Amino acid sequence: MTTNLLLSIAWTHVSTRVRQTLVGMFGVAMGVGFTIMMAGLMQGSQIDFLRQLVDTMPHITINDERRSVPSQPAEQEYAAVAMSNVANVNPRPGIRYPDAVMASLKSWLPGDVAPSARTTAIIDHGGGRIGVTLTGIDPRFEVHVSKLASQMREGQLSDLSKAANGIIIGLALAEKLAVKTGNTVVLAGGEGTQISATVVGIFRSGLKRVDEGQIYSLVGLAQTLMGQNGIINELRLRLNDPLIAQKVATQVEAQTGYKSVSWQEANSDLLSSFATRDFIVLTVMGAMLLSSSFATYNIISTITHEKRHDIAIMKSLGMREASVRRIFILESMMMGSVGILFGWILGYLLCYAWSKITIYNTLTGATVPLSIYYSPMHYVATGAIATLCCAVAAFFPARKATRVHPVEIIRGAS
Amino acid sequence: MSEIALEVVGLVRRVQGVISHTLVNGIDLSVEKGEFLAITGPSGSGKSSLLYLIGLLDAPTEGEVIICGQPTSKLSETERADVRLTKCGFVFQFHFLLPEFTALENVLLPMRAHGRMSAKDMHDRAMALLTSLGLGEQTAKRPNQLSGGQRQRVALARALSNRPEIIVADEPTGNLDTASTEQVFGILRDIADGGQTVVVVTHDAALAARADRRIHIVDGKIHETTFGGARKPEIAAVTGTAE
Repeated sequence: MTTNLLLSIAWTHVSTRVRQTLVGMFGVAMGVGFTIMMAGLMQGSQIDFLRQLVDTMPHITINDERRSVPSQPAEQEYAAVAMSNVANVNPRPGIRYPDAVMASLKSWLPGDVAPSARTTAIIDHGGGRIGVTLTGIDPRFEVHVSKLASQMREGQLSDLSKAANGIIIGLALAEKLAVKTGNTVVLAGGEGTQISATVVGIFRSGLKRVDEGQIYSLVGLAQTLMGQNGIINELRLRLNDPLIAQKVATQVEAQTGYKSVSWQEANSDLLSSFATRDFIVLTVMGAMLLSSSFATYNIISTITHEKRHDIAIMKSLGMREASVRRIFILESMMMGSVGILFGWILGYLLCYAWSKITIYNTLTGATVPLSIYYSPMHYVATGAIATLCCAVAAFFPARKATRVHPVEIIRGAS
Repeated sequence: MSEIALEVVGLVRRVQGVISHTLVNGIDLSVEKGEFLAITGPSGSGKSSLLYLIGLLDAPTEGEVIICGQPTSKLSETERADVRLTKCGFVFQFHFLLPEFTALENVLLPMRAHGRMSAKDMHDRAMALLTSLGLGEQTAKRPNQLSGGQRQRVALARALSNRPEIIVADEPTGNLDTASTEQVFGILRDIADGGQTVVVVTHDAALAARADRRIHIVDGKIHETTFGGARKPEIAAVTGTAE
């Protein structure tokens, strides 16, 4: 059976039923357009969030912990020795020979590494006392491993060296404590040490928990608060490609013996929730496309019902059942194809319009535009799924209609 | 000896349902090439059922339909469709033209479905058929722009387009006025005289009398066979049913 004939019959059917064809096309276009918009919006927000997360956090953090209790020398020497109730010898905290470890890592690491001393402290200002994480950094190295320098809203990273006991605090924390640049606050360390510090800068990362609970100082100030001069208890790594962080972390841990946590591991709960969210979003988008194909199903059902005499006559003339069925599937594909084309345009326009919408974040006080991710994959995937939906939506009514025996129709007509 | 175009052997068609009944009940029949056969009978006698079985639109419960020497009872639905496309041409009481297509496009349909001719040849043949049936000026018109007689002539042109061996017509003049009836029947007669076999179901006894042979069906069986026209001796010799 020549495809041209089937195409010409299909085209005649759809072109002489303008209203039905437009409704079918409109249904597909709406489904495709809104699915593209949803995909762009959801993936955009997710990528934006991950980018913030990756920018704010080190890609890999090496700290002075170990994942398991280190083995005793006797255990290493003698296989039969079993150790129990090993005395706690309170070894000195911190990474041993941090300079040597850093030099070793720099020799092969696809990125940079910076030392830091991390502790907890209480920041006290004007009666407000808030527990924070204090990270002592070296500004010379810090610029290579974090975006802190670009996140500064007031002051600069180098200002840490210009004032005695200078600190940089998050914007949200500064607002909570009503602290401004140049103010003096009191920092209380875990060992009971109290130090007056000067706020030399304010940063905003965009992550609430960081902006509310993180402060930075020079390494020396953090060491003083810890009561451990010269201690480096954290190495922070930034990689050229954040996506290989997990693999590199495993290599680093194998080399140094210290617990190395990639940003993926540190946020595994969050990433897991993203996977759940992705599944939900895909389900919703699938449902949208499926719903839009119901319009096609209805229209093809109507056409096949109206065309049952034509179906009978085409079959009686000798056209095969499969060929007649193909006519209606072609009709659906014609409507679908044009609908998909309009859906792509609609999707792009919706994405563009949505990207112009700004949202005010009451926590950060910033007005940011909705993040939209433009990907050709969204268009290809929605087009392919919509095409499949159209074909399936047409197949069932077409099969039902073409299975009817022509004699039943011919007798019915007479 | 004349060639047999159509042979029906022990044909039975039963319908199973709440009440089962037999539409065609053991019919044997041979139709010569170029013969004009009329099937008559009262309503519900099984004449249309017999026609649908002959045209392979329906499958028999028992028996065999042999078209141009080809037994058809074991053919698949697809193979039966192919036989219909190439060897049978249908004309119905209602013209059953595709309403969105012009007269020319309707006539082209079986040829395009067959796909064995070039576009130009198909067009030329369709035009020639329509012109020969007096529709040369109506080729671009859609069925709703044609009169009943014109529609039926388009249907005839469509039936003839693939040069089928057998033309099967179910009450082709049932909805036509006297002039159109005369015209359509004249065309069918010409087709038979041209060498194609014509099998027509009709209620019109006067028209049936103009066929080479008339079989009268009652309760699914051939009740009476009547010969007419010049072909009678030949037909009787072939079928062995001369009275």
